[in-house]
Amino acid sequence: MFNLKVLLANPSSFWLRFFSLCLFLLVWAVVAAIADSSLLPGPGAVAANMVAHLREGDLVYHTGITLARVVVAFVVSMIIGTVIGVFMGHNRTMDTFFDGWLVLGLNIPALVIIILCYIWFGLTEVAVVVAVAINKIPLVVVTVREGARAVDRELLQVAQVYRLPRARILFKTYLPQLYPYLMAAARSGLSLIWKIVLVVELLGRSNGVGFQLHSFFQFFDIASILAYTLAFVGVILFFEMAVLRPLEVRLTRWRL
Amino acid sequence: MTLDVQIRAKTYPSRTPGKDHVAIADLDFSVPEGQFTCIVGPSGCGKTTLLNIVSGLEREVDGAVSLNGEPTDEAHLGYMFQTPRLMPWLTVLENVRLVIDGPGNGEKGDEELARHLLEEMDLGDVMDAFPNRLSGGMMRRVALARAFVIKPRLLLMDEPFISLDEPVAKRLRELLLAIWNERPTTVLFITHDLSEALFLADSILFMSPSPGRIVHDYTVPLARPRVKLTSDDIHNLRQSLLKEHPDLLTGLIGVGEEERKHTERQHP
Repeated sequence: MFNLKVLLANPSSFWLRFFSLCLFLLVWAVVAAIADSSLLPGPGAVAANMVAHLREGDLVYHTGITLARVVVAFVVSMIIGTVIGVFMGHNRTMDTFFDGWLVLGLNIPALVIIILCYIWFGLTEVAVVVAVAINKIPLVVVTVREGARAVDRELLQVAQVYRLPRARILFKTYLPQLYPYLMAAARSGLSLIWKIVLVVELLGRSNGVGFQLHSFFQFFDIASILAYTLAFVGVILFFEMAVLRPLEVRLTRWRL
Repeated sequence: MTLDVQIRAKTYPSRTPGKDHVAIADLDFSVPEGQFTCIVGPSGCGKTTLLNIVSGLEREVDGAVSLNGEPTDEAHLGYMFQTPRLMPWLTVLENVRLVIDGPGNGEKGDEELARHLLEEMDLGDVMDAFPNRLSGGMMRRVALARAFVIKPRLLLMDEPFISLDEPVAKRLRELLLAIWNERPTTVLFITHDLSEALFLADSILFMSPSPGRIVHDYTVPLARPRVKLTSDDIHNLRQSLLKEHPDLLTGLIGVGEEERKHTERQHP
């Protein structure tokens, strides 16, 4: 099974990915063994630590809290960003009018938005969602606006001459043209949002993965920091593989 | 359904104020119920604009279009565009089903009819395929099925067989006539190919260069069915027609010498 020739002959295979992961763990283990320091625990130590946190229940609790924030912020950002992006893509006046705001939104540092939201809305969940959404929405807008500009009006004319009902125009002739752009926005959005959520939690919440990382940092508990990080990366990867990728395959199967 | 078209003027605004581009002027004709009418005219004479006005895609126009005395806004009509315009993310069957059952259209056909039409067009095997797997001729057949599935009261066709090989185009024309024979409807078919018009139409309206108007109304003296006509028959008819009216295809028939010079200056 670990015949290198076979693996290289089929580069997209599951085993090649598996081999690559094993190599990464091996390098990590070797470096950790050489360093022999509590500041760089090896994979085994981190795994043991993760199991301990799982048993205590804090890992599941804090990961769940963070995941809930990620999901809410993600949904809110996608919906608002898509609506604004569609309008800006189709209306030149609105595009010109809001373009400056968009550039501003794209360039304000995430940290500034987070701090301001905490000051204005207090240390609340609303502040978390608003802060993350303001960070993410401009990126969704930019992507979706490109999609809206590329919409094929000839296909919409077909819907118009055959007098299709509005819902069918939206779901059968318009949105399918936006799907590739929405998928791109969703994928880049997910990875960005969970990173920002951790910073938001670190700065002003008393639960969530970000809060936990902050506590572990105070104690220089590197094994716990890595255990939490890997656990959350695992959750996001699972979502990507179990939801986003199958969805993308389904929505773009006609391209084959 | 009798189609009545009266367009006083269709203008497009231009950048120079007061010099709007006049696409169509004083265009006036009607197509009797169940008749197949072709419109032939030089390129740029406003043929597609005309169809867009009739179909309601283009609403800002000085004039009126009516079907049996009623506006075409809510009428269900079939439209075959220059390109097939199928939704690439829908299968062949889904593309045809897409247009069934719009509101305000009364009876618009059903799924059984969709399948039946596709079978009739030799597309039974590819009903579940996506359009990007099909050849150009097959895509046109799907678009044709889509146009007929709603049992249109008026069928508009905008050079639908352009950019196809002549043998493929010929087969599609024969298919169109066969289906139209089974499911009669009023047809307005635009082309710049006189032979195509002669083969298909009951009557042919010739348009002038832009701003387009009707310069000649010709009744095709060929009996139906026309499947057995050879290309020589069409060719001979075409030759004799062009001999009688040498300026037919440039649309300058019946135009005075003065006006002709003016037009030629505009369209060198």
